[in-house]
Amino acid sequence: MQHTNTQDTLVGLFVASGIVGLFFLAMQVSNLGSFTEHDGYTITARFENSGGLKVKSPVSAAGVKIGRVSAISFDPKTYQSVVQLNIDSQYDTLPEDTTASVFTAGLLGEQYVNLEAGGSDERLKDGGEIEITQSAIILEKAIGQFLFKSAEEKK
Amino acid sequence: MIEFLQHLGKNTRTGFTKLGRGSFFLLQTLSGILSVLARPRLLFNQMYSVGVLSFLIITISGLFVGMVLGLQGYYILSDFGAEETLGVMVAASLVRELGPVVAALLFAGRAGSALTAEIGLMKATEQLSGMEMMAVDPIKRIISPRFLAGFLSMPLLAALFSAVGIIGGQMVGSGLLGVDEGAYWSQMQAKLDFQDDIINGVIKSIVFGFVASWIALFEGYDAIPTSEGVSRATTRTVVNSAFSILGLDFILTALMFGDN
Repeated sequence: MQHTNTQDTLVGLFVASGIVGLFFLAMQVSNLGSFTEHDGYTITARFENSGGLKVKSPVSAAGVKIGRVSAISFDPKTYQSVVQLNIDSQYDTLPEDTTASVFTAGLLGEQYVNLEAGGSDERLKDGGEIEITQSAIILEKAIGQFLFKSAEEKK
Repeated sequence: MIEFLQHLGKNTRTGFTKLGRGSFFLLQTLSGILSVLARPRLLFNQMYSVGVLSFLIITISGLFVGMVLGLQGYYILSDFGAEETLGVMVAASLVRELGPVVAALLFAGRAGSALTAEIGLMKATEQLSGMEMMAVDPIKRIISPRFLAGFLSMPLLAALFSAVGIIGGQMVGSGLLGVDEGAYWSQMQAKLDFQDDIINGVIKSIVFGFVASWIALFEGYDAIPTSEGVSRATTRTVVNSAFSILGLDFILTALMFGDN
């Protein structure tokens, strides 16, 4: 009987350590512990060009991550890119005239949405829309313009 | 030429016959699982021999695989000045691929071959027929508990492998090579998704556990009951498990991570 008891303990330890391993992966390794998408509110921003923005790209204000991009779609009427931003509910004091721009982290890093607060007293609510937006800077376009310009100057 | 065709046809037929027997065997095993739940003692004993005894090889291999990933990743990433993303590289490669696959290969080698040899020997020494004589169903009594134990142990072992590997990568990366510890974890947490990475890795290990246990048990049950037959069956277990695991891994990866 003693033998089966130690065996049971070892099996129990094994199962427990496996579950601890899974828990470690979930909490420490993935983003589950830091951010959950459910407790937040959604606002919309329309861009002329959202560049390389992807679903789950970060949304930050003053360099601090406050949410994630939850959906990107194309509006067939205005030919704009409609980006849904899911903002963490603890940051619910964004003014109505907030500016949204698509920035790139570093020269070749991933793209993110940067929010810059305005001066209005009205707050952005769930389902609200950001009026002032600035499109992504397309590197190829910028280089093209630069080359074109320098060629003109040489003439 | 005719002989070659005859040979080919015969081999194909035996292959399909074996697959058919294997599928039938799997169905019998699955239907026997309910009666295992009524007698958990059988399951615990098998969890011990399949899971607990594989614990050491899995954790030590995981530690070393993680350490090697940390070392190699550091040399490559430091060329681009991106040492801080070492955590992402180590964790993503372990959780998505190496954890489930290497743990499953080790599992097939450590536990699968033992299962085949055990059952093949039971068959060779006519213990299985003896049980049938006593009106004990060997599938329910012998096969199903082992199958369930392998199926349950595999995800736990793969998770342990990944977790220990990530810690090993951190030990080498920030302990030995000077990557910032905070960046190692925070970059990892920012880039790895629970749903896309962790859950998909767990699904992979469940599939591999299912297939590896099935192959090991079937090869043992189907072995020619001689000492040579058992040794061949054990070899086939390891070879076929490795093929199936790596092939399935490609299919699963294409299905899971294909769209990003």
